Amino acid sequence: MKFLCIDCDAQMAFEERELPGDGTLAATFKCPSCGRSVAMLTNPMETQLVSSLGVEIGGRTVPAQPMELIRTRVEGGREDAFTDEAPAADGRLPTAVNPPGRVTWDAAATERLSRVPSFVRGMVKRIYADYAAERGIARITTDVMDTARRELGLEGM
Amino acid sequence: MPRIRTYNDLAEPDRSDLLGQVTAQRSRVAARLAPVRHVVAVASGKGGVGKSFVTAGLAAALARSSRAIGVLDADLQSPTAARMLGVPVGRLEVTGDAVIPPRSADGIRVMSSELLLAEGAPLQWKEPAHERFVWRGTLETGMLREFLSDVEWGTLDVLLVDLPPGGDRLGALTELVPNLAGIVVVTIPSDASLRAVRRGVREARDRGVRVLGIVENMAGYACGKCGEVSPLFSGDAAQQLAKDADAPILASIPFDPATQKAWDGGTGARGHGTAAPQSSQLPAHSPAAALERAATALMSRLP
Repeated sequence: MKFLCIDCDAQMAFEERELPGDGTLAATFKCPSCGRSVAMLTNPMETQLVSSLGVEIGGRTVPAQPMELIRTRVEGGREDAFTDEAPAADGRLPTAVNPPGRVTWDAAATERLSRVPSFVRGMVKRIYADYAAERGIARITTDVMDTARRELGLEGM
Repeated sequence: MPRIRTYNDLAEPDRSDLLGQVTAQRSRVAARLAPVRHVVAVASGKGGVGKSFVTAGLAAALARSSRAIGVLDADLQSPTAARMLGVPVGRLEVTGDAVIPPRSADGIRVMSSELLLAEGAPLQWKEPAHERFVWRGTLETGMLREFLSDVEWGTLDVLLVDLPPGGDRLGALTELVPNLAGIVVVTIPSDASLRAVRRGVREARDRGVRVLGIVENMAGYACGKCGEVSPLFSGDAAQQLAKDADAPILASIPFDPATQKAWDGGTGARGHGTAAPQSSQLPAHSPAAALERAATALMSRLP
């Protein structure tokens, strides 16, 4: 799908996605010429159709994560089903939020991350950490998380 | 009102490109399975005939002959493959773009929804409370797709896919894996099984899927003392299906309570909890020997 600004006869550019509630998916597009924004709102059935297929309106903003559909759509997955970081040389699994040599998380960001269901938490953590690392951000704060959500269209994360 | 240009008039790419995203999903499956020599489905039109037991037994027999084997449990609602193969339910390591499949004691790589769900929990989806049936099929196909594309299967001689009863999942599998080597059809001897499984064979043939062979399970009861096999069911479903499908009977497996108990407990591949048996040590009438014969016959049917 493409969006056309009739006044400017210009194709509008994808801006962001969000889930404002009641099953609506909002994808906003902006005219590069006049700056006018429009939001395309899907009804819950349309939102479900898109998410069930594992596709993204507006296109992918981050690479597909391993078992992304399963981790974001299965209800009641086992709490400790996944570990998104390799075990240490002694075989022990990582437990620290801030392993040495990596992007670190401040307390508020850590607390927000802890509220993400554990079945999907490792994946969400990795997306934010990759976002920060790619931009040279050393410490993840809630502001960084908000910016990443907006820029990447991480609706529901 | 100015003339509105068409979709193709607009030069900028369609960032959504939903068809492109679906195509990319399929490409991901193909790339992941490129090092897998044969993908073989184990199927039946009827439930309760022992597909999972046959899948696990074939996998163990093939692994004992030094082949690299994977088992994908596509029975997403009633998964059993992991525990039958003795794979502990633990944390799955995610590295890069894939999940590392846990291995059985024989080195069989396994992926199953059993490894993801809490003990006793059904597979449920985050979805609107209404019209759930509309989405289930699509979501489960997505789960099957991710089991194929997002698991680091690596180089395998055979990836066995344990299908649930019925034909729906076979349809999804053939679309995701166009070069499916074929299916192994499991039946019990009864006429009821024949009627149900025959539909599955017909569907497979209509889809252009090759029937590699028939496995007759519960083909009598083997006496634990003398080895004499007595009938459990009347009927000749396997012979009829073999004729319909123009495919051989790979093996007839007698029912043995001790074997069933061992597989249910995850020790079947090790021969009832002892050391893995050598082929030459297996009594000819035993289920393990039948599974060895089925595995050998199956490999002879693959290019």
